[in-house]
Amino acid sequence: MKRKFDTKVAEGDMTAMIDMVFQLIIFFMVLINFSQEDQNQAIKLPSSELAQPAEAPLEHPIVLNLDFNGTVYMGAETSSIAGLRPLLQLEADALKSKGHSAKDANIIIRAHQKTAGGMVQELIKKCQEVGFEKFVLRAQEDLS
Amino acid sequence: MAMKFKSHSPEKAEMQLTSMIDVIFLLLIFFVMTFRISAQEGDFNIRMPIGGGTGAADSTSIPIKLRLRSNIDGELVDIVVDETRSFGNDFSKLRGFILQLTGGNAPPNPAEGPEVEIDLDYNLRYEHVVAAITAVTGQRKGDKIQRLVERIKFATPRKPQ
Repeated sequence: MKRKFDTKVAEGDMTAMIDMVFQLIIFFMVLINFSQEDQNQAIKLPSSELAQPAEAPLEHPIVLNLDFNGTVYMGAETSSIAGLRPLLQLEADALKSKGHSAKDANIIIRAHQKTAGGMVQELIKKCQEVGFEKFVLRAQEDLS
Repeated sequence: MAMKFKSHSPEKAEMQLTSMIDVIFLLLIFFVMTFRISAQEGDFNIRMPIGGGTGAADSTSIPIKLRLRSNIDGELVDIVVDETRSFGNDFSKLRGFILQLTGGNAPPNPAEGPEVEIDLDYNLRYEHVVAAITAVTGQRKGDKIQRLVERIKFATPRKPQ
């Protein structure tokens, strides 16, 4: 018994699907935030009802992520608080080469909520030793 | 002399969409995988000039010394202002005190307002420190934020307990 097959290719209308996929891509592109590059996802920030994004970007920001056991993540580098000075000195030298000083930089401290407050103070003191003066404590917006 | 134009072919020009759709789907997968829903982050400014771990000398008439005591586990036990007033571990009472002290208004120039020096036990959890900073910095009223104290600094770090 022979069957006859239709040789025509069935073509669906893709227009609606492509429209929807483009809209999805636009949605994600608008929402993607590349400024989160410096954020360490292991750090759970304390929450505050007053935490709101800054209206203007900070000048010469240096982000320090502080874990609850005292490990500092600075970009791709990892260090203890005590061993942080050479890394900070590099940053200070880089600022100096651009005609600025450590005083112009803003140290952004992203510390875990369970970190001992004394460790945050030690971190600030370590930065002061290199000449940094302006500090920013980062907190998460309290949505409750 | 009349010109003759060739009639266009009635065939519909069809684009090959397969590769474009492939790329678009790859882009979509990339964005979906890298998408993170996270709460907004905000900052508290702290100015700590060099000089023995403490900030600049207080130029105002209202120096506020805020002492935060903790137990060994890092939980907040007591909030003491100027070594005299104790608020237990109730930050709302601390805010009430700051409201009373400042009259509920921060000066237009933050550099001129009162300054709070926070002296905390080493073990005190950072979340309590931020809660204390929040209590003295201001309060939220609906969508607006009422600013109270803009100048905050830390005292010399204490030794671990």
